[in-house]
Amino acid sequence: MITVEQRTEFRKHFRYNVGRRLVLDKVVKCLVFICVLVAIVPLIAILVNVFSNGAAALSWNFLTQVPGAVGSDDPGGIGPAIQGTLILIGLSSLIGVPIGVMGGIFLSEYGNNRYGRTVRFFNDVLAEFPTIVIGVFTFVLIVLTFGDFSIWAGSFALSIIMLPIIMRTTEESLKLVPVTYREAGYALGIRRWKVVFTIVLSGARGGLVTGILLSVARIAGETAPLVFTILGSSQFVQDLGGPADALPLRIWRLSSLPYDSAVTQGWGAAFILIIIVLSINIGVRYLFLRKKGQTLLKFKKLGSVS
Amino acid sequence: MISVKMKKGSPITDKIFKFVAIGAATYVLAIIIMIVVNLTTGSAQIWQQEGISFLTGSDWNSVEGRESYGAAPYIMGTLVNAGIAMAISVPLSFGIAMFLSELAPKLLRTPLAMVIELLAAVPSVVYGLWGLLVFRLYIQNWIEVPLHNLFGDQSIIFAGTPFGLDIFTASVVLAIMIVPTIASISKEIMLAVPNSQREAAYMLGATKWEVFRIAVLPYSKSGLIGATILGLGRAVGETMAVTMLIGNATGAAAFPSSLFAPGQTLASIMANEFAEASQGGLHLAALVGVGLILFLMAFAINVVAHLLVARVVKSHEGAVLA
Repeated sequence: MITVEQRTEFRKHFRYNVGRRLVLDKVVKCLVFICVLVAIVPLIAILVNVFSNGAAALSWNFLTQVPGAVGSDDPGGIGPAIQGTLILIGLSSLIGVPIGVMGGIFLSEYGNNRYGRTVRFFNDVLAEFPTIVIGVFTFVLIVLTFGDFSIWAGSFALSIIMLPIIMRTTEESLKLVPVTYREAGYALGIRRWKVVFTIVLSGARGGLVTGILLSVARIAGETAPLVFTILGSSQFVQDLGGPADALPLRIWRLSSLPYDSAVTQGWGAAFILIIIVLSINIGVRYLFLRKKGQTLLKFKKLGSVS
Repeated sequence: MISVKMKKGSPITDKIFKFVAIGAATYVLAIIIMIVVNLTTGSAQIWQQEGISFLTGSDWNSVEGRESYGAAPYIMGTLVNAGIAMAISVPLSFGIAMFLSELAPKLLRTPLAMVIELLAAVPSVVYGLWGLLVFRLYIQNWIEVPLHNLFGDQSIIFAGTPFGLDIFTASVVLAIMIVPTIASISKEIMLAVPNSQREAAYMLGATKWEVFRIAVLPYSKSGLIGATILGLGRAVGETMAVTMLIGNATGAAAFPSSLFAPGQTLASIMANEFAEASQGGLHLAALVGVGLILFLMAFAINVVAHLLVARVVKSHEGAVLA
């Protein structure tokens, strides 16, 4: 039999134990909540600073003019940087998108073997490479060989950064297209390449576009590889074989100048850059969240949480 | 007799298609091999000149005739910088991942996960600009000066007059930058833990924290280690923000001695000195050599991380099937 003393003793221990556990639970919850707050504060701070300081710099001249002489009264604009960034995005997509999509097709349609797994693995590793290493590599391979900094070199470097992203998203979205679609195509006697191009690719259109846009947003903000490949310039691009300017590069150069006008211009350029990058990112996610069916696995997970 | 003529094998277009697809996939492997080859040939000069002392030496002199290069301070700087950033960001990221996967109300999850991913999308150079023009002043006035006044020059890690452009500022901004990477991968890994595990723990009367500790954590341990190493890979290779904030010391002065002293990393020395290096010179070869060291570090880190993450995903698939 349990005596009364034992029972009170037991209750005391029980209460102590449960109380301690509940307090610990509350403490951990508070800590976790603080973690989230701490992580969000910088994002808000960056956005507020960039938008408030950057908006002050915006004007038509700022967007279209060439930069003024260093330290002079007329600070000029960032026209060449915007032009350079647009050309770079276009050219590197020209190189990166076809190879990336074909590589993705290989991984999804023919990649279920040892070679496919090897490529997938190194593709993932390449996606995480320091971009400055890719810049140095392009410098040695192209700039030293041809003897000049050029937009081509910059586009090649950026296309290497795009490639793994596009390849992986293409693969993921092609895999979401049901096998029965392919089989229906084969049953009609359509050749494999035509099945892939007409049926599978059009079924995976949404995911494909998402991947390409996200990779464009990624390369739009890349600075390190451009330092080694396009060098920077203060003139509009005349030919593709010469040096050029780009938004992130211009921000970096402006940040090292000790003038107030340069600082204002730096914020302005950051404003334009962040608008480009964030609008692509938010737009892609918004489009996806509306049509859940036909997009990436990754975003599917994000959506299915709710 | 009706004979159905079956074509054996695929016509030439299908073969070409497959060939092109294989070619595109091989391009990735070719790029990686070419990176190794080009960085090696580009830096051959410096390895001949300096030999192993390029890795162990601390001289960094580009004056002609007295040229001498050693990358040891920058290797150390990279490790210290990434180490401090990891020490700050890993607990934060795990907290965020835990909030997103275990605690957050459903309404909050998707938008919050999106905000974290947007944080990852902000370009490095914008972080650098913000750190240089805004964050540096706060960190200098509110954290560095009080700490310096409190401990003084006698303490080793807080020695030196704080200017804000130092290892500490660079590490903190780097930590802010890698939090989204680690947090979003960790969240995916925690969400991959089967709910039956959680329910079993709840049934034993566990609180939320105990559920996390006894059901979620053991299940996702190696995946979380993989996520951490992926974050480390990113921290090691991060260039622009660090270059703008670390203060850019060179030579023996770049050995990380105090948190409040300027430093230098492998990536930042390349970005900084590239413009000064003349083509074909030893200085350029030294910078390419630094690139080779960084490449090898990042490659090793990423291979280990991907192997770990891949193993977790595989074992999870097995668990779901079983």
